[in-house]
Amino acid sequence: MLQIRRIGVRLAGLAATILVIATINFILVHSAPGDPASVMAGQSGATDEKFLAEVRAEYGLDQPYIVQLGTYLGKVVQFDLGYSFRQRRDVADLIMERLWPTLLLTLTSFTLALAGGIFLGALAGRRAGRWSDTLISMGALLLYATPVFWLGLMLVLVFSIQLGWLPAFGYASIRADSFTTWHYITDVASHLVLPAVSLAAIYMAVYTRLMRSSIIEVSHEDHVKTARAKGLTEGRILRRHMLRNASLPVITFAGLQAGAMIGGAVVVETVFAWPGLGRLTYDAVLQRDYPVLLGLFLVMSVLVILVNLLTDLIYRMIDPRLAAR
Amino acid sequence: MNDTLKTFLTRKTGVIGLVLLALVVALAVLAPVLYPASPWEITGVPFAAPGEYGMLLGSDTLGRDIASGIAHGARVSLLIGVASTLAALCIGVVLGCLAGYFGGWVDMLVMRFTEIFQTIPNFVLAILLVAILNPSLWTIILAIGIVSWPPLARLTRAQVMTISTREFISAARCQGQSTASIVLRHVLPNAISPIIVTGSLTIATAILIEAALSFMGLGDPNNMSWGFMVGAGRTVIRQAWWMSVFPGLAILITVVAINLVGEALNDALNPRISRS
Repeated sequence: MLQIRRIGVRLAGLAATILVIATINFILVHSAPGDPASVMAGQSGATDEKFLAEVRAEYGLDQPYIVQLGTYLGKVVQFDLGYSFRQRRDVADLIMERLWPTLLLTLTSFTLALAGGIFLGALAGRRAGRWSDTLISMGALLLYATPVFWLGLMLVLVFSIQLGWLPAFGYASIRADSFTTWHYITDVASHLVLPAVSLAAIYMAVYTRLMRSSIIEVSHEDHVKTARAKGLTEGRILRRHMLRNASLPVITFAGLQAGAMIGGAVVVETVFAWPGLGRLTYDAVLQRDYPVLLGLFLVMSVLVILVNLLTDLIYRMIDPRLAAR
Repeated sequence: MNDTLKTFLTRKTGVIGLVLLALVVALAVLAPVLYPASPWEITGVPFAAPGEYGMLLGSDTLGRDIASGIAHGARVSLLIGVASTLAALCIGVVLGCLAGYFGGWVDMLVMRFTEIFQTIPNFVLAILLVAILNPSLWTIILAIGIVSWPPLARLTRAQVMTISTREFISAARCQGQSTASIVLRHVLPNAISPIIVTGSLTIATAILIEAALSFMGLGDPNNMSWGFMVGAGRTVIRQAWWMSVFPGLAILITVVAINLVGEALNDALNPRISRS
């Protein structure tokens, strides 16, 4: 019963967020310099008067604002995100076909950042004050200050241009269609390495720092002292008695950062020509294709909320006390 | 204040950060003296490697001096970093004070609003804002301010909440002081030090957002910026690594410096938190 209630609360939150974002979109369209109809049409150089009239009629742009907002929200709820005049496609279709590469990239990076951060942070925390701790902490400090797009470029410079180990851009090789399934998977995976590492690095730095202080904090707790008094080995104490407790705040924080990570994906996909939502964003920015940008903002926000739900789930798996509640 | 300064200076990393930051600020201030020509002006041969033709860090695809671009870019980065943080502080502190001081339904409303703003991908919102309002110094500052306030609002709220329960606030209330005067003269001054620390770290994030925006082609077209330089140099990175490496290093050094200063400031201003 409580579970159902919880899911209900989450869904209500999702609905509220979608409404707020759609309203932000609406306000933006109307605060843009110029005619809202031409913004919705993608403000192309040679605007088609007939199309503009269609847009005006469709969104009821001669009606009072509140009616317009209602019309717009109604369309969003039905997943009608408008029409891209530039690409001559429905925005919803454009976004849906780019969804998978972005999901693959962000979920890989998310896992990589979380696992790497927890591992390195635990390592640094257990050796607080020693050289390996100093090294990890300094690395984290530097990574945390590195612009994501620049890190991506530097990885390309080293691993693609200098060493020639990994492809510098794209999702798969040009001849990938003729590959066997296994060959295709390894091909995509090799293209995924550099973008995923670039995107994961900065978050791994954050999680490492958090995990380090979390481990230090947990190591002062009574149950850890008891475990030590029982004569357990340090490795076993870390694995069985500290790791789960200490990673909880890191996972909570990682969930909160999902939004920032999807923003980072925009930049990473731009650098690596990764054919996902971020690359679509970049193209839409270059062409000032506003309907696509507005749709992307909405869909990416929904993705963030879904990632939040996912971290909630992971949290419950790690901490059985919550699942029992 | 003297004690604060002393604690700050005993932190080695803080001093390193301060020195680096001073260098970046000096570069920004002296840019028109060091490189009087506009950074957009073609001053040499295109694709000159670092050190060639008297250009310390080389030239770009059109023959513009990279070093000059970095010096002038420092002005833009620091200006946008500080101005957008001030904008975020204005929004965050006002909302945080409202929520923390009044509590109840005001608090609930403000916090729900803040939560939604924290969930949405803030870089995507910044892109959308700048693209729709057209890129200029002001729209960029506004956009970064709009996406950076939620952590400041939450922090201010928590601070104001704890301080409002103290006795001296009740005393001020009993004296019949107005709410505005209580908040501005008694609550805020006591709540301000963690806000300053978080604010200083917000400058670093703001500089990173600005760099990413101008990398995506959403920088102010009249001002040279570091992100733009990396974005322009990336297509020729095979032939000319220096065009994207040096501006990126400038961003990295500036952000590291600000983070180091912010952390040392934290230890100096909030000794209780850092000791535990």
